[in-house]
Amino acid sequence: MADAPMHQTHGPSWIKRNKLAVTPWLFLIPALIFFTIYVVLPIFESLWLSLYEWNGLYDVDGNSTATWIGFQNYVKLMDDPNFWTSLRNNIAWLVLYMLAVPVGLFIALFLNQTVSGMRFYKSMFFFPFVISQVVVGLIFGWFYNPDFGVVGTVWKALFCEETVNLVGNTTFKCARPVPDILSSEQWATYGIIFAGLWPQIAYCMILYLTGLNNVAPDQVEAARLDGAKKWKMLWYVIIPQLKPATFIAVVVTVIGALRSFDMIAIMTQGGPYGSTNVLSHYMYEVAISEYGERYGYGSAVATVLFVIMLFFISYFLWRMYQDEKGTR
Amino acid sequence: MVSKMKMTLAALASSVALGTPALAADLVINFDDLNPGPKQGFEDAVAKFKAENPDINVIVNINDREAHKTAIRNFLTADAPDVTSWYPGNRMAPFVDAGLFQPVDDVWEENGFNEDLAAIKATMSRDGKIWGVPYSYYQWGIYYRKDIFDLLSLEEPQTWDELMSACAKMKENDVTPFTIGTKFLWTAAGVFDYINLRTNGYDVHNGLTAGEIKYTDERIKATFTNWEQLINECGFVDNHASMSWQDAIAPFANGDAAMYVMGNFAVDGFKNAGLTEDQIDFMPFPTINADVPPAEEAPADAFFIPANAKNVEDAKKFLAFVARPDIQTEWNKTIGQLPINSKADISDDKFIQEGFALLNGATGLAQFYDRDAPAAMAKAGMEGFQEFMLDTSKMDAVLERLDTVQEEVYN
Repeated sequence: MADAPMHQTHGPSWIKRNKLAVTPWLFLIPALIFFTIYVVLPIFESLWLSLYEWNGLYDVDGNSTATWIGFQNYVKLMDDPNFWTSLRNNIAWLVLYMLAVPVGLFIALFLNQTVSGMRFYKSMFFFPFVISQVVVGLIFGWFYNPDFGVVGTVWKALFCEETVNLVGNTTFKCARPVPDILSSEQWATYGIIFAGLWPQIAYCMILYLTGLNNVAPDQVEAARLDGAKKWKMLWYVIIPQLKPATFIAVVVTVIGALRSFDMIAIMTQGGPYGSTNVLSHYMYEVAISEYGERYGYGSAVATVLFVIMLFFISYFLWRMYQDEKGTR
Repeated sequence: MVSKMKMTLAALASSVALGTPALAADLVINFDDLNPGPKQGFEDAVAKFKAENPDINVIVNINDREAHKTAIRNFLTADAPDVTSWYPGNRMAPFVDAGLFQPVDDVWEENGFNEDLAAIKATMSRDGKIWGVPYSYYQWGIYYRKDIFDLLSLEEPQTWDELMSACAKMKENDVTPFTIGTKFLWTAAGVFDYINLRTNGYDVHNGLTAGEIKYTDERIKATFTNWEQLINECGFVDNHASMSWQDAIAPFANGDAAMYVMGNFAVDGFKNAGLTEDQIDFMPFPTINADVPPAEEAPADAFFIPANAKNVEDAKKFLAFVARPDIQTEWNKTIGQLPINSKADISDDKFIQEGFALLNGATGLAQFYDRDAPAAMAKAGMEGFQEFMLDTSKMDAVLERLDTVQEEVYN
């Protein structure tokens, strides 16, 4: 070892000494790089872009044609009825989407039995979550269709009579016009939320099913000996034990509600006349769609959505942090 | 993508074969229609161009229409072709204003297009320069069920009053006068444009889409009052807000509705829905105010030269080529549309014949509301039209809102 370099004789190398501290960072680096490029930087870029007026074009030399307008875009947002409609719809989504949590719980309780073939029923209930939101949107779009959908067919059977028209083809004469849910200013948003609940309930249900597996049987037994039954058993014994599952179900439902985009894009494109828009779809519409080309304004909408999401996400993170502290 | 690959390979092969790429000048053309007819028409024209110019190595990229609308925003700066298809009117304005197209006044001058393409010149111009060369357009009007009109012994209505009485007769016989599908909004703009063109004329249409006339202007209100009359006394199919224009063909084909305000491209759809040539016919939108000179909707498709084009000389050659009478004749026969060059011939299809007569008599050619108005205005306007069609009592609220949008968009 006489000819070994000097510093090696001074004991373990720096890397070896700090192995425990360095290793996690080494593993994190790839993720951090991509997270920075694809998430963090775009966030700042769109914050920055929201202070410009820009139609998304570069001139011949590749310079952006954007002009600085300060907080003008936000001032415009305040007077934009479409923005307020979108915000109101976002709130409707948040509130009504929450129904997925209790409904998911009850389906899970119902399915948490030992009956032969239960696995099959469970997977059937879970099925809507497996198919893509776009497909769910398409299916419900057809379902609501007043001409050939389930709604239209049932309505025709109840309120319409089949006749022959002038040129001899079959047609329907209705006492009351068939409801056109997705074209009605009042009902379209609820129609889409209802469609969205279908996969979301399935998601909450599966969360609760796994939660129910971890409910301590001895506590249930003890409660039963003490005379707890039905609702009391559920409320005081089962639900407290399902708290972690409830928390996750609420988190995914809130996030799911805020990022509802696919179904709106498929079912109504924000229509009729903008009444089913939510912030995410409105942002797409003003910035990227065919009649958009207002990237600065779209970024301002995105920023508002980001702030709302940040509020919820910070709260969830804070809750998780508190819980972890409590268990330590 | 495949065709792009093929073309790139072909280009590679030819440049390798020739050894010196400079010998064969490359001419890159981006085209935006993959539908069989339009693609065929374009490819035939390119083949002929190649035959006439063996020294030019033409490279063609054909993209889907919607994809092209997105792609053009990038490729004009990043990787500009020498020629690209695009739309005239306000749709070319953002690119002209950003300096991404180059003016082609000299092509018009040298080839006598100022006379032969005179009808479309205003639409192709911006800031006193001409920016492209059109190869085709098509008429809008009312397509109707000839058999239903015959059964009810109705004539093509020439005036607004005749239309109203024709509608009354249809309703008596349980036929809904008009079909339409407003889910994607633009169809409603066609109806609005026509009522506006017939009520106020071409100049008001242009003033409105250029932001010089307010939506609460008495003249525009008159248009909406007429539209209200059309909705109340004629009427459109129920549930039109949940139908696309293709969906709206169903009640037309079934005989539940008798008329459809549409562009000539819809004829294919009618035929595919099982209607024969004898069952459908075309008529111009009826006169409302006899003092207003007739103007029509005739959206045109055109070719432009990007500012970053590498081979401008040959690009101009191609532009001159696509507007030649013989080329426009062939091309438009293939795609079932109308040539713009007044010296070109038209096919003997009855809809093309009627369209040609109609557009030749027009004093002005509108491009369509969503091409003449800037994007943000067009979107808000068309949403307003749809809202009005669903509930005519909202007229004043809609018009006031459009005024607010107008103020924002044009300033």
